[in-house]
Amino acid sequence: MSIAVYIIVMAGVTYLIRMIPFTFFRRKINSRFFRSFLHYIPYAVLSAMTVPAIFYTTDNIWTAAAGTAVAVVLAFFEMPLIVVALAASGAAFLLGLFM
Amino acid sequence: MNHRFLRGMSDGIPICLGYLSVSFGFGILAVKSGLSPLQASVISASNLTSAGQKAGLDVIAAGGAIIEMILLQLTINIRYSLMALSLSQKLDRRFTTPHRLMASYGITDEIFAVCSAQKELLTPAYMYGMILVAAVGWVTGTALGAAAGELLPPSVSSAMEIVLFGMFIAIVIPPAKKQRSVLIVIAAAAAISVFFRYVLPMVSDGFAIIIAAVAASVLAAVFFPVRDEEGASP
Repeated sequence: MSIAVYIIVMAGVTYLIRMIPFTFFRRKINSRFFRSFLHYIPYAVLSAMTVPAIFYTTDNIWTAAAGTAVAVVLAFFEMPLIVVALAASGAAFLLGLFM
Repeated sequence: MNHRFLRGMSDGIPICLGYLSVSFGFGILAVKSGLSPLQASVISASNLTSAGQKAGLDVIAAGGAIIEMILLQLTINIRYSLMALSLSQKLDRRFTTPHRLMASYGITDEIFAVCSAQKELLTPAYMYGMILVAAVGWVTGTALGAAAGELLPPSVSSAMEIVLFGMFIAIVIPPAKKQRSVLIVIAAAAAISVFFRYVLPMVSDGFAIIIAAVAASVLAAVFFPVRDEEGASP
């Protein structure tokens, strides 16, 4: 099988998954339940993606935990996204130097 | 240049930096699986997704069936449908069908996260700015990783993998401070996700995330329904 065929199929399926709901869903949702569901889903998706995967990002669970802790504290004080993201990485890197 | 486009670009910079590091790893993997740097870059430019591309590589390397590729991409990426549906509720009137067809290309976890954290309605220019910067980071990182392999010391590339998760934390914590219901949602979703990881590891990551997110959001929608003015615009 040619690699081009695989790539086209991959890209096509991924695009359709995004495009169909985004393009064809026009109505304002009136159901209070469904509106509530859509209000919460972004937070739930981000949380489920982050935990526990974040602890397996670096080679060592302790450096990942340190990065996570730094991110949580800075996020609690509402620092900008880029500051939180880079500080988490910096903390994991620094602790990694000593492990 | 349009100020909305510029604001989208500037909001996309953290995503770009995160993508540079993550896609660098994808580029290395792609070359190891027997692809050329050009093929790896084309995959990144046309798919713009991490887990789906990684899984796709495995199918290509194994010479798998096309139906396997389709089912795998559906499973891993179906979460984008939920994200697209959620974003569809906060689009500005400028979002005509051609704009929707184009911008839907760029609905990734991170772009969705930043877009849904916006207080105002989304405009096409804003999303294009963000998608452009993010996609440039994603494709550049892939090409560099594929071409230059292991130039970065492992201590640096390993620490870079946490960047995107740090951004997710920065997005969910501030609203969780203000709304107890959001705090409960993120705690429940995390708990269910942990349960799948350790108790039911045979469930793929993509499915585990969908089940955890849907279950937590359904619970919250039942017990903490939002008032009309705050619905569907987190």
